[in-house]
Amino acid sequence: MKKNAPWANVYMAVILLLLYLPILVVVLFSFNSNPGRTANFQFEGFSLQWYQDLFNPITGYGAPLRSSLIIALWSVLLSAVLGTLGAIGLVRRPVRKSLMGRGAAALMTMGEQVSVLPIMIPEIILGIALLALFTLLGLPFGMVTLVLSHVVFCVPYIYITVKGRLASLDPGLEEAARDLGATPLKVLTTITLPLAMPAVISGCLLAFAMSMDDFVISFFVNGPHSNTLPLKIYSSVKVGVPPHVNALCTVMLAAVFLVVGFSQLYQANAARRHRAHEKRDERERKAVEGRA
Amino acid sequence: MTAPTKLDKHQRTREPLAFPMMLYAVLFVGLSLLYIAGLSVMTRGADFTAGAPYGLHNYERIISPLYLKSLLQSLRLAFYTALFCMLLGYPFAYFMAKASPKARTWIMMLLIVPFWTNALIRIYGWKILFSSSGPINQALLGVGLIQQPLRLLYTDFAVQVGMIYAMIPFMVLPVYSSVERMDWSTVEASRDLGATPLKAFLTVTLPMTLPGVLAGLVLTFIPSIGLFFLSDLLGGSNTMLWGNMVHNELLKSRDLPFAAALSVVLLGLTGLVILIYRRMGGRAESMVF
Repeated sequence: MKKNAPWANVYMAVILLLLYLPILVVVLFSFNSNPGRTANFQFEGFSLQWYQDLFNPITGYGAPLRSSLIIALWSVLLSAVLGTLGAIGLVRRPVRKSLMGRGAAALMTMGEQVSVLPIMIPEIILGIALLALFTLLGLPFGMVTLVLSHVVFCVPYIYITVKGRLASLDPGLEEAARDLGATPLKVLTTITLPLAMPAVISGCLLAFAMSMDDFVISFFVNGPHSNTLPLKIYSSVKVGVPPHVNALCTVMLAAVFLVVGFSQLYQANAARRHRAHEKRDERERKAVEGRA
Repeated sequence: MTAPTKLDKHQRTREPLAFPMMLYAVLFVGLSLLYIAGLSVMTRGADFTAGAPYGLHNYERIISPLYLKSLLQSLRLAFYTALFCMLLGYPFAYFMAKASPKARTWIMMLLIVPFWTNALIRIYGWKILFSSSGPINQALLGVGLIQQPLRLLYTDFAVQVGMIYAMIPFMVLPVYSSVERMDWSTVEASRDLGATPLKAFLTVTLPMTLPGVLAGLVLTFIPSIGLFFLSDLLGGSNTMLWGNMVHNELLKSRDLPFAAALSVVLLGLTGLVILIYRRMGGRAESMVF
């Protein structure tokens, strides 16, 4: 495999620059003292006033952020249970020969396909369908309908991630535990779940991001007293170009960079520790061999 | 063959664990979509209700120049979005997979971070860039390329750029994971056997990374039809995409059955795209990375 040519790196840099262009503009303008209410975006001077606006107890972003976090946490929690159990139940499906067995298998396949459907159809359809269903059921629109809806699209992310991990595991591990007399529950809690955990966590992170970012579905199923962060942002940018949105974006970006940076640092550290352990083990092994 | 049957039996006892997930999906996805299909053949009543008479009148209403124009506009926009995402995103993903492991982690991080910030805010950045006194116009005026500010904001062009921008990670990520998994020795073998770099790419690399490209095309095409907020924020008054139609019928006209019929048409289109995707060998798993 050959290395990239210099122009290939230039190409990547240009695409990344374009990807960051609107974000850099937003960050720059978050410090602009020009209020720019009428789409007038000249940069006039440095100011931090838009950051103060974010913390306004009535028009600020504290309350929507809080409800977004609550909704995301509940949705991810519920989806993690449903999705992980689903993946454990459906990985390595047994081959069935009897007519009834085949019928049951077909039903299971259908159930699986309906479960992953939400990531394949446009969000607006799901939004309207859920709005109609909740109206039919007479559920009051609010936090409950938001969580119920977010679980719908969070489950597939966790299910697919966990199932992929389980399928790559050696089935011999579970078999060995069973042969040694572990009950099915014990196999599940001591072998399968711990091995699946990294995938459960990365699936949960993905689902959390999707829940925090969701606008379209929340737009249809939110209630009069529930306002999520994306909904609040939409109502702000829909009517005009309020400069405090720039400040909000900068804060969110900084938060994401911090989280991603720390996780990278953590992973690099873990890898270094792992290498150090290996080296020490190697030294000890050699020492033992030397003595022998 | 005793081992597989023992494994089968063990797995069969675990199948019921999937029932809660399936039950949830059948109730909130299956039933709600069926309910939408049912609503689409009803007539609107007072106060957001629906009922008799039943018939296909909502669908008859859709077959009119207004809605057909919107449908064509949406499909064209989605088509160009998928096409440009592929043309721009494939080389990016390819080079990224070939970069050193350290560079790869950095590029991946830079690619994912904007994706974690809210989509609305990223679109808002384009609103500033495109505005008549915004950075693009000022730069063009500054170097003397134009005498008067260009009208960029609230045009179809702005919507198209915003859509490609919002969708490109969904092309790069699946293509990247298929390039990364590729066995490079096959490319080397074709080169050793005398293939030119272009021929090796077209006959070996491209077919082997096709699953990623297909997943990327579906992931960029389908959402583009329904993202109504993008044309809301960047588009002009004559940019009426299918998503905007559905949104307006539901929340402005409050005509639930008609909005349901519009959604069923979109659902049909989506089904068609997924069917083609499946026929070409695509799997749902390729859509999550």
